[in-house]
Amino acid sequence: MSARLQAIGFWVAAAGLLVALALPLSSQAAAAFTSRTGLLVALVAAAAAFALASWRTPVSTVFGLVGTALGCAVTVMLLQDPAIAGYASWGYWLMVLAIWLGAILASTRLADLSAADQVTRWLRDLSIPLLFGVFLIYLWEVTVRGFGVSPVLMPAPTSTALRLAQSLPTLGEDFMQTFVRSVLAGYAIGCGTGFIVAVVAYRYDFLKRGLLPLGNFVSALPVVGIAPIMVMWFGFDWQSKAAVVAVMCFFPMLVNTLAGLAVAGPMERDLMRSYGARPLQTLLKLNLPAAMPFIFNALKINSTLALIGAIVAEFFGTPLRGIGFRISIEVARMSLDMVWAEIALAAVAGMAFYGIVALAERAVTSWHPSYRK
Amino acid sequence: MTPSQPAAGAVRAAHASPLTVDARGVSLTFHTRDGAVEALADVNLQISDGDFVSFIGPSGCGKTTLMRVIADLERPTKGTILVNGVSAEEARLKRQYGYIFQAPALYPWRTIERNVMLPLEIMGYPAGERRERMQRYLKLVNLSGFERKFPWQLSGGMQQRASIARALSFDPALLLMDEPFGALDEIVRDHLNEQLLRLWDQTGKTVVFVTHSIPEAVFLSTKIVVMSPRPGRIIDIIPCDFPRDRTLEIRETPEFIKIAQRVRSGLRSGHSYDE
Repeated sequence: MSARLQAIGFWVAAAGLLVALALPLSSQAAAAFTSRTGLLVALVAAAAAFALASWRTPVSTVFGLVGTALGCAVTVMLLQDPAIAGYASWGYWLMVLAIWLGAILASTRLADLSAADQVTRWLRDLSIPLLFGVFLIYLWEVTVRGFGVSPVLMPAPTSTALRLAQSLPTLGEDFMQTFVRSVLAGYAIGCGTGFIVAVVAYRYDFLKRGLLPLGNFVSALPVVGIAPIMVMWFGFDWQSKAAVVAVMCFFPMLVNTLAGLAVAGPMERDLMRSYGARPLQTLLKLNLPAAMPFIFNALKINSTLALIGAIVAEFFGTPLRGIGFRISIEVARMSLDMVWAEIALAAVAGMAFYGIVALAERAVTSWHPSYRK
Repeated sequence: MTPSQPAAGAVRAAHASPLTVDARGVSLTFHTRDGAVEALADVNLQISDGDFVSFIGPSGCGKTTLMRVIADLERPTKGTILVNGVSAEEARLKRQYGYIFQAPALYPWRTIERNVMLPLEIMGYPAGERRERMQRYLKLVNLSGFERKFPWQLSGGMQQRASIARALSFDPALLLMDEPFGALDEIVRDHLNEQLLRLWDQTGKTVVFVTHSIPEAVFLSTKIVVMSPRPGRIIDIIPCDFPRDRTLEIRETPEFIKIAQRVRSGLRSGHSYDE
């Protein structure tokens, strides 16, 4: 985006905020801005910040961000007025649109900033996706509350966050049950056996020909089919969920490890042969290191599969805790904000799990072309 | 006692001479989808201790296959091959040769130092000696200071030098080099050839060297084995008696040109067979 266009954009955003003052805030009889001095001052300050941001220097990026933050604060505060929440009108939405425009321009500025040293570059590259996420939540919040969307359809992020904060003990208990007990145990068992079977099958070809179709068959079974069976076999508690997770993790690990073990080239194998290396030495010093990128692929795929498996399996009989159990009963009780809080918990746990595996991958396979520096 | 046993013993005793490689009537047929391919037909070759022998010939003449038979990476379908007086398999399991491939074949997950120490780890050398040998041989190939680099951070010539250090690290008496400098440009190749000659002169190792290049073969060798394809066989063995401390300048001498001509005419006669 050219600097000229950016400057014009910031002026439009500033003008938008000021024009919005003249338009009605709500379709109901709501107090005008003149009686809310604090908010009025903040909004005018936001408009001024946007105007200053049009000035093209590195400092003006800060004005853009400050303007956005002030604007967001004002619009969220306005929603506390019951005459505006659910009845927001032209003036309100024009404000939101102007802030949105300012946010786009400010983040573009931020991305264009040249960072001299490593730390500022790191900060810049981290702040952009973070600010994007925060702004997305803001838009969600004002849309849901401004239009008065029913919480059963879509609760506002703040009410989900409030519910999350109030239910921390319950969520912690569910996390322990579903993630720490079922997922981690099942993941370790499934990935471990998949790996061991792959190593053995790689060594003995007849096992490979026999086990691959069998593994394929098991992986094709739907979770909703095996989960009740596992409950019959291993009981209501986490053991049956861990079994479902283990079954789900087994096949991706088997297939990926087998492909990885076969990836070492003929010349690398001949080299080991020329040293008179024993099969175990060849496995440890050639085939396994070469297979690591494949093994980590399976670990990453399984890190998300495992959580899905455990949550779905909890729909088929469980003690009175667990993410899946909680989702199923809270849906029945129409308390959707709790469902969303559980979803947020599952999403954060799944992402953190994946992230840890990905970091380990980076450390172990830093030699691989996709990570070379 | 059957009558054949004393005879076999006599053959073995006769071979316990300072011959590094003794191939007698070696044939090797590959069975491919398109039918049988005679990679080697009745190859007889004796390589003495301390020789520098080059195999030269067009693609498909079996020069690499012959070297792989010496290394026990292929098994002959007929004939016998002795390496240092024992079977090729026994020689391999006793780690009596170092094999240098067409490509460096360094493991990308290991640093240069850990690549050079790989054979030492497999052969069970103690950690201190592994490190000491790694430093000595990296110095020999002029790679001191690159210990902590990864292979993909070095140039092709440096990678191939590292692979030579790796082959030398366990001090085998026989070096098998399969077109080691084939992928490098001529300037680097000349330089590495000189270094290789000096190394051979200093260590007294036996070298078997596969090449496409006539000047390279004449410059390096004490013996040139000219081979021909379909079926892969030896058509001439040319002695090449320049002093061991030869330099690149000998390539201008009439003796050098004469030997090169003999190699070339040998290669040509091998080809005329087909046309």
